[in-house]
Amino acid sequence: MTNIPETGRTPRVQIRLVIVQILVLSLLGTLGGRLWYLQIRNGAQYAKEASGNHVQQVVQPAVRGDILDARGVPLADNETRLVVSASRTELLKMKDDGKAVLTKLAGILDMKPQDVMDKVRLCDAKTPQPCWNGSPYQPIPITDEATPRQALQLRERSEDFPGITAEPEAVRRYPSPGNANTAQVLGYLSPVTDDEIQRAKDTDSPYLRSDQVGRSGLERQYDRILRGKAGVTRYEVDNLGRVIGKAKSDVAEPGSKLITSIDARVQAVAEYELNEAMKAARSQFDKITGENYKADSGAVVVMEAKTGHIVAMASNPTYDPNVWVGGISARDYKKLTGKDSDYPLLNRAIQGQSAPGSTFKVVSTAAAVEAGYDFDGNYPCTSSYSVGSQVFKNFEGENFGPISLGRALEVSCDTVFYGLADNEWKKDGGINPKKGQPKDYFYKAAHQFGLGKTTGIDLPNEVTGRVPDRQWKQKYWEANKDAWCRTGNKDGDYVQKIAYENCLEGNKMREGDAINYSIGQGDTLVTPIQEAVIYSAISNGGTLWNPSIGKAVVSPDGKKVTEIKPESHGRAPIDKKTRDVMEEALAGVVTRGTAAWKFGGWPQDKIPLHAKTGTAEVYGKQTTSWLSTYSKDYAVVMTISQAGTGSGASGQAIHNIYDALYGVQKDGSIDKKKALLYTPQKDLPKIQPDGSIVAPKIEKYDPNADKADGQDQQGTPTDNPSATAPSPTASNRTRRRTDRPRKRRRILT
Amino acid sequence: MTGANNFSVSGYGPERARWTRVFARDSLARRLDWPILLSAAALSLIGSALVYSATRGRTEINQGDPYYFLVRHLMNAGIGFALMIGTIWLGHRTLRNAVPILYGISLLGVLLVLTPLGATINGNRNWIVFGGGFSLQPSEFTKVTIILGMAMLLAARVDAGDKEYPDHRTVAQALGLAAVPIAIVLLMPDLGSVMVMVITVLGVLLASGASNRWIFGLLGAGAVGAVAVWQLHVLDEYQINRFAAFANPSLDPSGVGYNTSQARIAIGSGGLTGAGLFHGSQTTGQFVPEQQTDFVFSVAGEELGFVGAGLIIVLLGVVLWRACRIARETTELYGTIVAAGIIAWFAFQAFENIGMTLGIMPVAGLPLPFVSYGGSSMFAVWIAVGLLQSIRVQRPMSA
Repeated sequence: MTNIPETGRTPRVQIRLVIVQILVLSLLGTLGGRLWYLQIRNGAQYAKEASGNHVQQVVQPAVRGDILDARGVPLADNETRLVVSASRTELLKMKDDGKAVLTKLAGILDMKPQDVMDKVRLCDAKTPQPCWNGSPYQPIPITDEATPRQALQLRERSEDFPGITAEPEAVRRYPSPGNANTAQVLGYLSPVTDDEIQRAKDTDSPYLRSDQVGRSGLERQYDRILRGKAGVTRYEVDNLGRVIGKAKSDVAEPGSKLITSIDARVQAVAEYELNEAMKAARSQFDKITGENYKADSGAVVVMEAKTGHIVAMASNPTYDPNVWVGGISARDYKKLTGKDSDYPLLNRAIQGQSAPGSTFKVVSTAAAVEAGYDFDGNYPCTSSYSVGSQVFKNFEGENFGPISLGRALEVSCDTVFYGLADNEWKKDGGINPKKGQPKDYFYKAAHQFGLGKTTGIDLPNEVTGRVPDRQWKQKYWEANKDAWCRTGNKDGDYVQKIAYENCLEGNKMREGDAINYSIGQGDTLVTPIQEAVIYSAISNGGTLWNPSIGKAVVSPDGKKVTEIKPESHGRAPIDKKTRDVMEEALAGVVTRGTAAWKFGGWPQDKIPLHAKTGTAEVYGKQTTSWLSTYSKDYAVVMTISQAGTGSGASGQAIHNIYDALYGVQKDGSIDKKKALLYTPQKDLPKIQPDGSIVAPKIEKYDPNADKADGQDQQGTPTDNPSATAPSPTASNRTRRRTDRPRKRRRILT
Repeated sequence: MTGANNFSVSGYGPERARWTRVFARDSLARRLDWPILLSAAALSLIGSALVYSATRGRTEINQGDPYYFLVRHLMNAGIGFALMIGTIWLGHRTLRNAVPILYGISLLGVLLVLTPLGATINGNRNWIVFGGGFSLQPSEFTKVTIILGMAMLLAARVDAGDKEYPDHRTVAQALGLAAVPIAIVLLMPDLGSVMVMVITVLGVLLASGASNRWIFGLLGAGAVGAVAVWQLHVLDEYQINRFAAFANPSLDPSGVGYNTSQARIAIGSGGLTGAGLFHGSQTTGQFVPEQQTDFVFSVAGEELGFVGAGLIIVLLGVVLWRACRIARETTELYGTIVAAGIIAWFAFQAFENIGMTLGIMPVAGLPLPFVSYGGSSMFAVWIAVGLLQSIRVQRPMSA
């Protein structure tokens, strides 16, 4: 059998049969090779594709945690809205891909059918918004503003609306209790981007497609805590999306609640008073520029002096944070961020920086004491201070004779500080310092007070401000010298002259720089929050607290309360004795100094207030007003850009804020019952056994209810600010103004 | 060749006659080609497991009975086996005499498809549906009758010793005989079957010893025909789409390309040893359409892996290898031609079917011989196995 019998076949057929056999074998070999290529060589890749194929996840969003004020009043919470959603998988099972159902639905919701269909289409490169960029297995929201009547109709006729659901869902809301808007502090949410999903993919808190992410303020700072964990159910599905098994299921965990130190009532007062102060400033005439003050932006901070807790923080111009809820429209977004907007998203309390003017003198005073000058010594407060050809004038050319540092603070005498700073500059070796470190007491003190770096407040994107010391000057010069040397002109206009001088020796600490610096002018920049930290430190004996807004995190069930302990970032360079004498001087500012005309009737014997006014001139703009104050428990700092003097612009507003805090009545008596926060709120709000926090009722702030007397003092015609400024050859970009009522306007020399 | 003949030769006692008759030298059983038989049976059994895996969850087609397709597949294989035995019993030579009748019946069958009796399934109008869920694809049987008919014509004068090769006239007649049913099947249109038939005709001509001119002429005509079909829009849109999707599966991933890419994912994810029978996620999730029929190989790829899917190719290889031997060893040209026709049919159909699931051939609705679910195909391939066995068994004992 095995021998090949003689077939008598012609060779042609025999050869062809062999060819066929070879052909058949090679075909089979091709199949085997291809099979090897797919299964062995690329098997892992296909296995991955297969696993992605059959698992789909459905997300139940976690309810975001509330942000509460110090007494439990919600500043940000969630409201239940009726959300109508459509299930794509259900719709696609219909013959017309659900068109008929969506058209009917549009009729009930009073929407255009095309709008409804656009909302349920999937986003891709070619599809413009609106479209759905989430998982196609997720119910797609069509509207979150359904009325109960509409929802009822949909439910009653559910057989007519297969795949359509109307469910209550939690939507973020910013209720503004008692008109405390708190917009910039709270921040806002917006949907997560593809990029963020990619980056967070392998971290321990990955984003889901449907997530909203905190973009600024507390919403961003505490995003992880507030976000909670979305519930994810992973289903094994077949090719039609039919569920054939549940792979994994995590229940949604709501986010934790954040209790802040903000007091909604004080916040409302601060916002109102800031806005009123700015309105009032706009009605004041600025004789230097010949037009009314612009008062284009401002900020106020109320901080607990002994802990750093922020009681109120307002920034103006402001906006309604609810515009972000449910997706912001392009027009609204442009209004908030566009080039011609007034940038209301900026929190100017931590992101606005300007020269501090005379409020900086507390730093210079501390520096002088550090440098060995006796606080109670006698320093000449002359009408002007001359260095070579430059003349640095005291405001109004007043001459107080020899006075102590305390008195110099009280009357804000510039020439005293000019002299001290100039002395130290000379001791350090002048423009070319001696070998070895120059002592730089005045700059060191600024750093020791925490200037030039962030305060560490629990808000994102805080700015550092600036201390124009030698290192900074060198760096700044290196960055700008090319431009300066190009545009500089010895005989040109003011800007060209300054550029010329900066080109020559902008990297060096010049005498004029040191002198200007001592009274908070020149290149120095501080933020309102830094001022609040400094004045709190004077109040509390020297501790520089990190300002904090978050006070405690409460787990969703209320069982776990994690307090956020205040932290300090060092001590101010003042010993107890210096502090005490400085405090006395700052109290003098309120009783008989530059701010006295705004604090008439204040019960200073019962509640001692301390203040320092400041007016910084910005080249090409109107002056920036500063008023930094503190009591035993609080520091209150207000600044308004282009608004004139510190006391003139902010005096009444800060007075009113203290009235509200301490319950000071019109007649100067104190009604502790009406006081909003006679002492700082220490305890956390009471947490109910079910984890909820009952908020006390809030009454709207009525500024006229118990306003202190002395309204007539406001805007007195004697409030004529003017400037003493170095001669134009001085190279500072900002010049200084005193904020004392003046009789006569001085022409710049 | 007969039982009596064997008996007289054996010399064993009559009580052992039955055994010895079966296993005696030159007995029918000993002369059967067992590798082909066992491979075909193994393929059918593997097929039943794969068909079961692919259909147990498809409630929309299995009428709620997970074993619906398994039972029917095994029944089909059983009937096919019986048809094979019947074919051996009749013998291919007997069938040669019946060719005109068989040819007529199959021609009638394919014509019936074009009448209202025919049914369209998956775009192919190649079914005759009888009552009671019983249906047939006449085109499957036509493949057999084309082979038998052409072999009869081409071998007649050569086997009679008149000629060394079939003359041009005979070749032309044979081609005409094949062309009629092929044209009808093209009208259905069942492109896959047409392709198989054309390749089969080519195999038949090769084995017949027809002049090279015919071979190349046919190849040339095929190429011209393909261009003409393309240019004259004879093909329907979906058929062009299928072709385009093979060339570029990502062209239309949710449409035609979906089948191929899902099948490829299923096979690729199998790896070396597969996910295990009934454990393939692609199969369980029914991501691959037509998985019990045209794409049955993807079940093997995913659940049995390279080892199992490779085994199917090897078993098909055994069948084809042995068939080649049969074709070469038989003395009659008639047997050679029939065997070669079957080889061309099986080889191309298997290559096309597996090739399309692997993404190297365009998608055409063709079952994988023995493995795919489908009665007509199963019957036809087992009849073909019967013909191969018959050619081998009835080969003259010695020259």
